[in-house]
Amino acid sequence: MKWLSRLTAGLKSSSTKLTSGISALFGKEKIDASSIEDIEDALISADLGMPATLAIIDAIKSHRWDGPVSEDGLRSVLAEQLTAILTPVEGPLNVNRAHQPHVVLLVGVNGSGKTTTAGKLAAKFQRDGQSVMLAAADTFRAAAIEQLAGWGVRTDTPVISGARGGDAAALAFQAIEQAQRQKIDVLIIDTAGRLQNRLELMDELSKIIRVIKKQMPDAPHDTVIVLDGTVGQNALAQVKAFEAHAGLTGMIITKLDGTAKGGVLVALAREFSLPVHLIGVGETAEDLDVFRAQEFVSALVGGTPQDQA
Amino acid sequence: MFDSLKDRLQSVFSGLGKRGALSEGDVDAALREVRLALLEADVALPVVRQFMERIREKAVGAAVLKAVRPDQQVIKLVHDGLTEVLGGDAEPLRIDVTPPAVILMAGLQGSGKTTTAGKLALRLQTRQKKKVMLASLDLVRPAAREQLRALGEQVDAGILPESDNETVVQLAKRALQAASLQAYDVLILDTAGRLSIDDALMGELAEIKALTNPDEVLLVADSLTGQDAVTTAKAFHDAVGVTGIVLTRLDGDARGGAALSMSQVTGCSIKLVGTGEKLDALEEFDPERMAGRILDMGDVVALVEKAAEAIEEEEAMRMAQRMAAGKFDMNDFLSQLRQLQKMGGLGGLLGMLPGIGKMKKQISAAGIDDSMMKRQEAIILSMSKKERVQVGLLNASRRKRIAAGSGTTVQDVNRVVKQYQDMAKMMKKMGSKAGSAGLKALMGGGMPGNMGGMMSGNAPSAADMAKLSQKMGGGSMPSLPGLGSKPPFGGGLPGLGGVGGKKKK
Repeated sequence: MKWLSRLTAGLKSSSTKLTSGISALFGKEKIDASSIEDIEDALISADLGMPATLAIIDAIKSHRWDGPVSEDGLRSVLAEQLTAILTPVEGPLNVNRAHQPHVVLLVGVNGSGKTTTAGKLAAKFQRDGQSVMLAAADTFRAAAIEQLAGWGVRTDTPVISGARGGDAAALAFQAIEQAQRQKIDVLIIDTAGRLQNRLELMDELSKIIRVIKKQMPDAPHDTVIVLDGTVGQNALAQVKAFEAHAGLTGMIITKLDGTAKGGVLVALAREFSLPVHLIGVGETAEDLDVFRAQEFVSALVGGTPQDQA
Repeated sequence: MFDSLKDRLQSVFSGLGKRGALSEGDVDAALREVRLALLEADVALPVVRQFMERIREKAVGAAVLKAVRPDQQVIKLVHDGLTEVLGGDAEPLRIDVTPPAVILMAGLQGSGKTTTAGKLALRLQTRQKKKVMLASLDLVRPAAREQLRALGEQVDAGILPESDNETVVQLAKRALQAASLQAYDVLILDTAGRLSIDDALMGELAEIKALTNPDEVLLVADSLTGQDAVTTAKAFHDAVGVTGIVLTRLDGDARGGAALSMSQVTGCSIKLVGTGEKLDALEEFDPERMAGRILDMGDVVALVEKAAEAIEEEEAMRMAQRMAAGKFDMNDFLSQLRQLQKMGGLGGLLGMLPGIGKMKKQISAAGIDDSMMKRQEAIILSMSKKERVQVGLLNASRRKRIAAGSGTTVQDVNRVVKQYQDMAKMMKKMGSKAGSAGLKALMGGGMPGNMGGMMSGNAPSAADMAKLSQKMGGGSMPSLPGLGSKPPFGGGLPGLGGVGGKKKK
């Protein structure tokens, strides 16, 4: 359970917060207003946001308790609620080899971890026995191309790149052409980070997709938004805008090995039905793991996950 | 959010009647709403708690001012409180020391350290005439050093030559030596992004600090950060003693509550903010504006400043004279379009206005965006010089030619002509009515006055905003006169020109 231990370590602070909040309730005969407030605070501190927090609080309030409320009992009801919200968004990133190439387009705001995720994805698909190609369509940021090329060397993956400042759409087009010619299984296209309120940059993204479709009408097969695990409620605005301009098919959450809680996932799961494919939990090529709702929740609220044994 | 906070506060106070002071109950109810607003803006919970305590003390018993509604009064209290916590006046960087002054950049992965290092070098070189060296101590992320080198080349700063097989500490030592031998004024040390729980890397950072004895330790943080801001800021502060914060991606639409969390936890002011992808997009931090933003009151001050920067005084004077003479042709129309674009385009402008959430949707639904302005520009540029001065010449066949030349349709051309005519009509009215005295008032005093009023809580009513949004969302093109004639733009876009001379920092 490498993944779980790392995630648990990573999420420890949030779990400590939730747990300490909940521990204060231990032994109480019934849940009173102040204990409800403690849970509320704990959920807010995990970045769940107000609507999700209030919904969960409502559910806990209306839960029928048999006998005195114990810490474990409260925690398991909380975990139940969270798991029920997150389980539907479990969903691996599946590659259809028949596509040749199966095109994965990575999008997101600046600094969310797209390039690193592209490198990790390349390593993952290769481990799965697929041939992989990377395309450096972030032609804007200084040395983004070199960064992806670095991942290419690390993971022994060919990288298609052009000049800095070049046309990202043209590069994506060219990459698909090459991948088709070389019968590559998966093509991962890294794009420049863009803030979702910059309309001209979002239009540029739409253009990249239009151009991709010219070469391969059913591509991109996966358009995945890469979200920073430390992000707050702005994640909702990000997903919404990228969904509108790029038609998202899934999400990857990065940097969950730190103190960030990634609780905004709960809010995202309630609002969008986008699957969470993978989570980033470190800096090496292997630090990308499948998202499992139950494990995530266990790490979030503390206690023992059922599948640890 | 501001609208909803305002609405919520209004309903809280609807029963207040004519009592003389805010009771504890009134305040509690209002503060619950304020708390919610702050949490929605991603201010960290412990910080919200402390803050609410302060506000509560100030609010209870505060006399209800006759001229101000209690909801406005609470908003002002909160706004002032936020401004205070965010650090009063921004402190400048401490770099006027025996050279080289050392600036250490630290933060999480992807917070924007390297880009900020490049921006900071440019800023110190151009504004303070410092000789700056950049050195990357990031041996973790692939191509991090190449990125800093590329940025250094772009801004023409000194760059520490790379060499292999050096530890981070050895690199830092060499950077320090190189900077003092080559007589650099400032040495900016970029470091690898690290998690606050990574003991080894945090230890390394402390070691770098001990070795280089930096004059500034800048924590670079993403303004999109959520509740984690408080944990991260505290950990970095405890480990290396942060002296200032740089908040990046403030050009995004996050409310940026992280700013409040981090200044509160570290006791450091936010020294600089990143406001765009270009290397000159690093600005001084303004606590009052940030307070407005966290409360979603819109960044009206930024709007005025942008206008001041974009519109050159001379151009504004020229325009004023032409207006006074009742002259306004397509060339003037074009120059206004371009000024608007320079100010960050419609998207940029609207983002700075209060209550913009709903409007933005309507605007994008109506397909109004900056590409529209480019098309308008193309249409005007496809007119002959003569046509631009004598718009009356534009008959059907000329319009057809212009449409073909600009890659648009005749309808588009007609629309631009119509807009021009509306605007010219307004200009004429103003020119004849105002005379030079009236015009002067419009140009010089009009805008700042309006803006000042807004910031003190005298915001345009929801009805005004709705009208404005209707105007913008209803038509298929942004009507410039429409934008200009409604608050908060005050005296129309030409009026913005006056700000250039008056309010430039």
